[in-house]
Amino acid sequence: MTALPQTTEKKLGLVIDLDTCVGCQACVTACKGWNDQSHGLSDQDAYGANPSGTFLNRVHSYQVAVPDAPPQIVNFPRSCLHCEVAPCVTVCPTGASYKRAEDGIVLVNEDACIGCGLCAWACPYGAREMDADQGVMKKCTLCVDRIENETLPEEDREPACVRTCPTNARHFGDFNDPESKVSRLVADRGGYDLMPDMGTKPTNKYLPPRNKGPGTASPLAPLLDIKATGVAGWLDRMLGKI
Amino acid sequence: MHPAPSVILFSTLSGLGFGFLAFLGAGLLIPSGWAAFFLWGLGYGLALSGLLAATFHLGNPKNALKAFSQWRTSWLSREAWASVATLLILAPVALSDWLGLGLPRIIGVVGAMLALLTVFTTAMIYTQIKAVPRWQQTLTPVMFLTFAIAGGALLSGQAWAPLAMLAVGGILLALWRQGDGAFAKASQTMGTATGLDRLGTPTVFEPAHTAGNYLMREMIHVVGRKHAKKLRVLALILASAMPALILLLPLGLPGLAVAALLHLAGALAARWLFFAEAEHVVGLYYGARD
Repeated sequence: MTALPQTTEKKLGLVIDLDTCVGCQACVTACKGWNDQSHGLSDQDAYGANPSGTFLNRVHSYQVAVPDAPPQIVNFPRSCLHCEVAPCVTVCPTGASYKRAEDGIVLVNEDACIGCGLCAWACPYGAREMDADQGVMKKCTLCVDRIENETLPEEDREPACVRTCPTNARHFGDFNDPESKVSRLVADRGGYDLMPDMGTKPTNKYLPPRNKGPGTASPLAPLLDIKATGVAGWLDRMLGKI
Repeated sequence: MHPAPSVILFSTLSGLGFGFLAFLGAGLLIPSGWAAFFLWGLGYGLALSGLLAATFHLGNPKNALKAFSQWRTSWLSREAWASVATLLILAPVALSDWLGLGLPRIIGVVGAMLALLTVFTTAMIYTQIKAVPRWQQTLTPVMFLTFAIAGGALLSGQAWAPLAMLAVGGILLALWRQGDGAFAKASQTMGTATGLDRLGTPTVFEPAHTAGNYLMREMIHVVGRKHAKKLRVLALILASAMPALILLLPLGLPGLAVAALLHLAGALAARWLFFAEAEHVVGLYYGARD
């Protein structure tokens, strides 16, 4: 049944630090690389004029006009938030979409998916993409085949996007454990939910960019407005008349 | 949302079919002999061709039978059950009308209620989606049911069918009026979608990808305002005003057939708009909603 579990033993998810993300797209590439195994994530016209493909993670870039401070560029990775109240799960007619009671990971059983696309419609965050070749829905699995894989070295038992991030902008852990790294980061840095009004109670949290304070004047600023004097001034005036 | 022909045909044809089957089942038109064969056949034909069109929307239709499994949570699964139950319960009633078997009408009445329930479940597939504020309104199921009942009244030649046609126009106007303000009322912005509203006002600096993707094709369909306005007028004229007028003239069966075809064309235009004008909140990430 695609009913949601009342509670989950663990609450696995990601914390994404918008302060340190540099928008390098390494998580996008690592995600595609790891999840391209077995059934894979297909591409269409990959080397042609109009390439398109299935990705489980996308990184947007926004410019933010900050009141009384210089504007900021914020890079914004977007993937499945493994919501507590996941609307994508309850709309599924076949039971292909489900949320695991043990750790809260939202998954798709591709063998049962009819490719109706209703779960993608139900998701406010655009976390699900239909694979154009396979006709079934794809989404972030939180790399279940890494985090539980005891044949991998221990440091590799985390999602590919987290493992690869060169600036440590992504963190993986159990939000049910108040002492876990992710719980402490959320508490310390004011981690927040995306579109909380949608009632989805996302597990993943975003850390806001740190306050950069008012802009300081550039040390080169005095050089911006030089008035030429003497010979240079005479030359400037003469040349200006030509 | 992408106005896929499969879902437009599905919801329009099956809506009209189940609406007509409701009238036949309830005995508001009781044909006999070959007339019964053709009229019931029309009802079944419309409902089934609608359901068939829906399967063209599926990326992996071989699992279609599994769609009956999640009726406790999924409106799409409930719709599968309601539609099959309706078609099965009404089948003996149709046979009885055709061959004069004299089956008690109460079975037909139950089937009629199930037919309307089917239309309701279809509407709920869209109404339940909070991420599309234009759809999540009480008026959405009211619109689907009004179309089904009005279409059924027209096809079964009810005296009040012209009024029902006018009701279709009224409900469309109300739906558009409410729907146009629905996205703003849901008060989701690029700021709430990214949470960057706590910092300032975000705008798109660079897109996440330079070519299109499933999300953009499926959820970010943008209709020109002028284009939509013309289509709205066309939908009102075809689905509501012209059939109402033609039904009032003493034109008999040919008049009824023309009115039905015009109504269907108008219903298709209205349903195209229902999808094409629906704004999904995921568009906020792409800066497509400002």
